[in-house]
Amino acid sequence: MTDNSIDPTGVLPRRIDVRSPASSARLRARYRADTRFRWYGVAALAIATSFLAVLIADIFAKGLPAFWQHSLRLDVPLSAGIIDPEGKRDRTMLLGADYMGMAKSALAGAVPGIEGRAAKKQLNEILSTGAGDELRNAVVSNPALIGQTVSTKLLLSDTADLYLKGEGTRISQTAGTRGIATPSGTSGEITVLTSANDFSEALQAVKKDLQSKATALVAEADRLERLKSSEAAERIGVLRAEAKELQVRVDNPNSDESLDPNIPSRLVAINGGLVKVTKLSNSGITGGVILPLASASDAQPGTWQVQTYETPESNRNVKDAVVAYLERFRIQGQIEKGFNWLFFTAGDSREPELAGVRGAIVGSVLTLLVTLGACLPIGVLAAIYLEKFAPKNRLTDFIEININNLAAVPSIVFGLLGLAIFLNFFGLPRSAPLVGGLVLALLVLPTIIITARAALKSVPPSIEEAALGVGASKQQAIFHHVLPLAMPGIMTGSIIGMAHALGETAPLLMIGMVAFIVDVPQSITESATALPVQIYLWSDLPEPAFQAKTAAAIIVLLAVLFIMNGTAIWLRKKFEKRW
Amino acid sequence: MDMSISSGLRAIKEASVWAPTKISARGVNVHYGTKQALMDVNVDIPDRSVMAFIGPSGCGKSTFLRCLNRMNDTIESCRVSGSITIDGQDIYGPDIDPVELRSRVGMVFQKPNPFPKSIFENVAYGPRIHALAANKTELEGIVEESLKKAGLWGEVKDRLNESGTSLSGGQQQRLCIARSIAIDPEIILMDEPCSALDPIATARIEELMDELRRNYTIVIVTHSMQQAARVSQRTAFFHLGSLVEEGETTAIFTNPKDQRTQDYITGRFG
Amino acid sequence: MHTHIVKSYEAELTVLDRKLGQMGGMAEQLLGEAFAALEQRNPERAKAVVAQDKVIDQLQRELEEQVIVMIARRQPLANDLRQLMAVLKVASDLERIGDLAKNIGKRAEAISGENHPKQLMTGLRHMVDLTARSLKDVLDAFSQRDADKALKVWRGDEQIDALYNSLFRELLTYMMEDPRNIGLCTHLLFGAKNIERIGDHTTNIAETVHFLALGYPITDERPKGDNTSSTMVHKSS
Repeated sequence: MTDNSIDPTGVLPRRIDVRSPASSARLRARYRADTRFRWYGVAALAIATSFLAVLIADIFAKGLPAFWQHSLRLDVPLSAGIIDPEGKRDRTMLLGADYMGMAKSALAGAVPGIEGRAAKKQLNEILSTGAGDELRNAVVSNPALIGQTVSTKLLLSDTADLYLKGEGTRISQTAGTRGIATPSGTSGEITVLTSANDFSEALQAVKKDLQSKATALVAEADRLERLKSSEAAERIGVLRAEAKELQVRVDNPNSDESLDPNIPSRLVAINGGLVKVTKLSNSGITGGVILPLASASDAQPGTWQVQTYETPESNRNVKDAVVAYLERFRIQGQIEKGFNWLFFTAGDSREPELAGVRGAIVGSVLTLLVTLGACLPIGVLAAIYLEKFAPKNRLTDFIEININNLAAVPSIVFGLLGLAIFLNFFGLPRSAPLVGGLVLALLVLPTIIITARAALKSVPPSIEEAALGVGASKQQAIFHHVLPLAMPGIMTGSIIGMAHALGETAPLLMIGMVAFIVDVPQSITESATALPVQIYLWSDLPEPAFQAKTAAAIIVLLAVLFIMNGTAIWLRKKFEKRW
Repeated sequence: MDMSISSGLRAIKEASVWAPTKISARGVNVHYGTKQALMDVNVDIPDRSVMAFIGPSGCGKSTFLRCLNRMNDTIESCRVSGSITIDGQDIYGPDIDPVELRSRVGMVFQKPNPFPKSIFENVAYGPRIHALAANKTELEGIVEESLKKAGLWGEVKDRLNESGTSLSGGQQQRLCIARSIAIDPEIILMDEPCSALDPIATARIEELMDELRRNYTIVIVTHSMQQAARVSQRTAFFHLGSLVEEGETTAIFTNPKDQRTQDYITGRFG
Repeated sequence: MHTHIVKSYEAELTVLDRKLGQMGGMAEQLLGEAFAALEQRNPERAKAVVAQDKVIDQLQRELEEQVIVMIARRQPLANDLRQLMAVLKVASDLERIGDLAKNIGKRAEAISGENHPKQLMTGLRHMVDLTARSLKDVLDAFSQRDADKALKVWRGDEQIDALYNSLFRELLTYMMEDPRNIGLCTHLLFGAKNIERIGDHTTNIAETVHFLALGYPITDERPKGDNTSSTMVHKSS
């Protein structure tokens, strides 16, 4: 009113000239900054996503094959004399019979002519030690089968299974043979001579292998020499001598060669049998019969082949003989591939093909039930008290800060605490889901208190006021109105807390849930293991099949976590109220 | 001829009709911690009429309103001194339970805050916790009556099971009024009940208040002095925690005695 | 037209209209009473007229107060606002009409002892009848929000002016004929002037009614019939 400086018309010149080049440059810079920032975001997301994609792809590539399992279909005669000599059809008797023995003899029948202890042992190696279980189950559930010959799927061993999944060797075959081959016998150590130099390619290939080996040895010797180490001098001499020896063999292209497991194996398939080459010359070989020949008569050109197992025998888990047996069964259509139900129905085992996650899943479920039962009521009540009833003073501030601190404590510390208190002080059973659950409850409690408080806080105070306004007591207002509205948030928090607990390993190690336990636990006081601990245990085992099982168990764990988090999101979406 | 003129006069000058005092405040001081929010407030609120509290933001009018049903008790740092009586009974006395008091003094809030439950449950909640109905039929009767009094029955009678939050803002606020009527209070406090509503919804609430004042004592806090002028019989002007002036609404809005009141209602400060 | 959601507002507006109607009725009645007192040279009746005017004044004050309170409390808009402003203006016109009628009454009291010629009275009565009818019509137009009727009244004022002109000349003639008539005739002249003024207020009311009903003022040129301000004795005789 007193300010007379203002133009009475109220029209002031604009201070910013939007048409000036400086102004439009500023505008462009602003848009550039916008765009740049968007791209930073996209790049960050892309990097994060690609990490995740690599991780998931790796786990799935390793783990997925473990969900399939090969077995061998064989006709097994269920001899009444072996299973139930007394003829009482007694259950214990039926359960106790030597089904494995029957499976082995059926296998021996399927590959006739295998002689010698070592060869028979190698043949039996293709069957799992649990191969008889299928038979046992069939007989126990239907004793009428006794005396009949039953076509059964026999579980293959882990090495056989891995070979069939492609983790053995590639097999290549010569295109055609030019000469007539003459084997000297049908079994044992025999020679095969050919009328043309059919083995010269194989010989050249062996020489080439030797050449590369010699070169590698020389290179190694040179490397050591460069190091000028006095201790290496002796080793260098050995390497050079070996290389020289190899070089001599390479330099003589037509000299005979004997094969060792360090170079690819050569085999001759002739007259329905298979001979593993031990000595090789241009026109003939000497070798051991793996699969017996039908006859010792001459084989016409083209009817016999030279095969190469490209991975040297020493570099793989399956022996040449086993490969030969499996290849034969494969050709005969007796290998079957099926979903590995055993993985979900069996407990842990020392044999990879028999190991499953059921024990670990049940252990995890029991543990989580204990955790949920312990921490949900305590957490929610603590949150309600702290959020709604506690007086605001130093003590409650102190408690609040410490709850937040507790959420940041490393999980192993909770394990130590559980060890000291639950096991040593209260004397609760070791390795049991009860203790595991209580320890995880300690771990999850801060998370649940914090999320429950956040959920309670997110309910608008107007709802509580409304209830108070119609004469409800504070406790009625909270339990009738605030808590039901906060419940989706609390459930979400609890589920995410539970998911966290599910993936937790360290505290469980401390309280002994890391033991090798075959049986599926029946109660919370029995020894058990949990899914992440099972993964940890398997990842440590040397068998290659367990590596696949580890990845498969991780997939199971991820799937469970995914389902739990999905449930949390679904709960939140379904019960979320908007106001 | 004279008679009809005087009846018209009565309609307009109803504000001046004498009514017994329902609520009486003497020397009320309110502190939040060390900050004094209300200073020595003295006011008498007549029975079965609408009393409006106006004043700039933070003047203490809402604080005073919340003293009347002891809603301030829920704020930890709040201290109230002085005396507030309802029908001569000190509501801060030792024999008064705040929860019981709040069933006598209903409250409607600034933002419509129906419970996220069905319309029926919203209204039935109060009667249920106070056990006002012996059986379901009685409860339904109370709900219907309350919704009728709140002028909402016709609009919601076919969808009592729908969520209270599905109603429009004005309907929600009338639902909140129905909810507070359902426990049969003597006094209804309204804390800026129309500030979130459009003018037509506001007009409906104002009309409703005009109806309700036949049976209830209504105290309303409002930012809109026009609303105070429209709905109330008496108006009190608060400023900086003190009650500056209190009197008949027509007098306050046509000829206020205090210069501060004049300046506030004419838009010169506040 | 919808009624207001707030019923008391509607009631107050109705009361306002009704009260104004009553005030108009009283003003109309007062005009008739005043002329009757003049015609019958009845001082008692004249005194009653003077007293009755106080009631009209009182009503006008009340209406004014109510309009102020309603503006303060109801924040009227559009036709409600026009109605309140119209009530305010019409009430003050009616109050003036009441005053003019009272003035006639006072003059009636002053000349009650004198004898006056019948034909003068006839012209005057004619004027009063016409004015009273206009007043009644315009009040009806107000209560019915009838702009056409108001316009008719507005146009009709010309007639009253014409009557006043002729009465003016007549009274001048009387005064010139016999100077003893001057006292009486001056009173009658003022009486006629008062009635003519009442006609003008009626016209004002008609304009207000037009604005109230339609929201815009009458734009026509008003027919003016009163040319007494330029009438001279020598010219007329």
